[in-house]
Amino acid sequence: MRTMNISKLILGIVALLVAPIVASAQQGESHIGKVSGHADAGRQLYFRYCWGCHGFRGDGNGENGQYLNILPRNFVAATFKCRSTPTGTLPTDQDLFNSLERGLINSNMPSWIVLTDQNRADLVAFIKTFSPRWKTEKAGDPIPVPPEPKLTLESIKHGQQLFQKLECWKCHGQEGRGDGPSASTLTDSSDQPIRPYNFAAGSRFKCGTTNHDVYKIFMSGLDGTPMPSFADVVKPDEAWDLVHFLRTLQVTHKSPELALWESTKEGAEQVALSKVKGTPTGSGVEQ
Amino acid sequence: MYRMSPRLRAKRVVFLTSAVSFALLFLALFFSSSPTASALPPPGGSVRALPAFARKYGLPCSSCHQAWPMLSPFGQAFKDNGYQLGNERDAPIYQNPAYWPVTFRITPIWHRENENRTQVDGTAGPGTAEANVTTHGFDLSGLDFHTGGTLAKNVSFYVLPSSDSTASFHFETVMARLDNLAHTSWLNLKLGKFELDNLLSEKRILTLTNVAGVYTNYHYQPATENNGVNAAFLPFVFGIGDNQLGMEVMGHSANDRTRYSVALISSNDGNVGLPTSRSYGTFITASQAFQVGGLGLQRIGVFDYIGEAPTYFQFTNGNTSGIPGNAAFGIPGTGIGNRNFYRAGLIGQIYIKKYDVTAMYFHSSDDKYLATGTPSNAALATIPLAPGAQNAIWNGALFESHYTYSPQFIFIQRVELVRMSQQALPIVAGTPYTPGVSVPTANFGNEDVYTFGGRYYPFMSSRAGFAIHGEYAFSHQIGTSPVSGQNLDFSSLLAGFDFAF
Repeated sequence: MRTMNISKLILGIVALLVAPIVASAQQGESHIGKVSGHADAGRQLYFRYCWGCHGFRGDGNGENGQYLNILPRNFVAATFKCRSTPTGTLPTDQDLFNSLERGLINSNMPSWIVLTDQNRADLVAFIKTFSPRWKTEKAGDPIPVPPEPKLTLESIKHGQQLFQKLECWKCHGQEGRGDGPSASTLTDSSDQPIRPYNFAAGSRFKCGTTNHDVYKIFMSGLDGTPMPSFADVVKPDEAWDLVHFLRTLQVTHKSPELALWESTKEGAEQVALSKVKGTPTGSGVEQ
Repeated sequence: MYRMSPRLRAKRVVFLTSAVSFALLFLALFFSSSPTASALPPPGGSVRALPAFARKYGLPCSSCHQAWPMLSPFGQAFKDNGYQLGNERDAPIYQNPAYWPVTFRITPIWHRENENRTQVDGTAGPGTAEANVTTHGFDLSGLDFHTGGTLAKNVSFYVLPSSDSTASFHFETVMARLDNLAHTSWLNLKLGKFELDNLLSEKRILTLTNVAGVYTNYHYQPATENNGVNAAFLPFVFGIGDNQLGMEVMGHSANDRTRYSVALISSNDGNVGLPTSRSYGTFITASQAFQVGGLGLQRIGVFDYIGEAPTYFQFTNGNTSGIPGNAAFGIPGTGIGNRNFYRAGLIGQIYIKKYDVTAMYFHSSDDKYLATGTPSNAALATIPLAPGAQNAIWNGALFESHYTYSPQFIFIQRVELVRMSQQALPIVAGTPYTPGVSVPTANFGNEDVYTFGGRYYPFMSSRAGFAIHGEYAFSHQIGTSPVSGQNLDFSSLLAGFDFAF
């Protein structure tokens, strides 16, 4: 009996000693599919590509940070917009990897798709060394995304009702142009003014391009911005209805949802009103 | 009494030793010279890097440049996208109205040039002897004014007035480009004067000396060409490293792994004013990159230039030389008697973490009229095409490697080899080279070039670029000294500050 207690005690001490080492090792690594990233390699890449905006300490205070009107991400705070995980939790390695690959539109964060998978995995591993959160917390469990139901007119109309009911229009505007009555009052977690997404301006979202991505955006929320998670408010089927409706607001982007919506008199009228001839980036207007 | 600590003393000894060594090296170079006075030109060449882009996007130089001005894969993709990052912030409307995308670049240097057999005056008269000539001193490169960027989303431009070291300007690059036509990165159209889509860019070369400031293989022409024996012959000059006038269609995959380009260019080596003929050439290149584990991005590619060039002017004007069809009086744009030439090759760019090597193979040919300096109209030839003349054919190889210790420090090494596989003129052993008639050996004109150097960037910034540059280059050519027909060697040593703002 006594021997057993001593064994347990030794095991406990060993566990206590090993746990920080394991945690530390995990913090210095990332795992994306079959690729494992290493912080040491990521450090070199970071100080080649990233420090100008994100800063030497990863706090977003790079020499160019002050000139950017969407501030660079503060890796020390470890609050990330694009996640597959519930609001308030850390993102998965894959989420960070995807953000690097995709870039963030309407910001100065470009796509790093040109880098190799290994490079991006190494960068993810290094980015995780900036915040103590990665030592004490685990990444959240990805939000399950059920299969997309068949696109129907009813689905779009129900999504339109949800758009009103959830008051999405207050920020995004009735036409989804990011010009709702609250739009001018919004600030992000750094107290910087932030504009709601303008659906009419393009096809890409901040955190992806597919319907699957849109689903994740409003079920996980964009942490650090006023865009909340609707996971507790909206059922999965309803979320898909909202996805279908939001696609119809992207009037400059051809999609099955827009085509179906335009096939109705009501939809055609709304889309016609929303369409403005010109380049969606505001770089000029066709005469 | 003040006594130095052993540590401080050791530091001071190291410093003094270094200073004395540098001074001795400098003096040795200074006094090792043979008769000076050769008018060897200062290093030239227009090279590109644009802090204006860094200022626009807030990225450090090292994002787009493996070592400025050499592009990284990310910088290459940025260029291929029409100087756009694609995050909907590329159009000028997003910039501060005061932003003006302009950058200048210049390089104050000290350099030493040596030529082992320079043609000099001799006892038999002017230009009848050869001497080993060395010159050195402080100098300047030319000055480049780069402007580039986007006029609107998917409409980009680049304008580069460039001067030589005497501030005589020309347009090195002037182009506008329609990007992502039909909403695809596979279709982009460029028009103007631009660098051909060489996979190893000469405009972003890391070496600056007279010997190695350009890639020898990009400009090599057999020693039998432009020999001056036929006054009517229209001098033929071409290099795929030279910026050319024309239009280019290029495309690439979203991640820039797969690239192609096709350029149709006027066959005048980028000289404005249609100075020679109405002929055209075509440059085609394609490449594929792939990643190999943790080693990095590897790329292989092919290229081919097929062109034709005139050998004489159809019309001449003001010819007072008494020689019919004297090319010196040709009416611009009326060159005819076109003859073919081509440059083709393969390239591989291999990355092994911090070490990278580029290997290129070249296979080139010039028509026998071009290669012997003979007008294809026999009536205009002072010396007709030599019996037994044939197309000149040669092969080349280039091996360039870098060790990028960090974004701030890069070592450079390069070897270039050119080997004639078929001389244009008959080989008559034991006789000296006789222009337009014969060459003495099969390896006449073969050339080797060796280069070593390093660049240190004391700071990395998104505002300006600065490098401390050191380099040595040596070239060796078989049988081409101007008087004795012996081997001709050049060497060049350079140290300087290379900066752009």
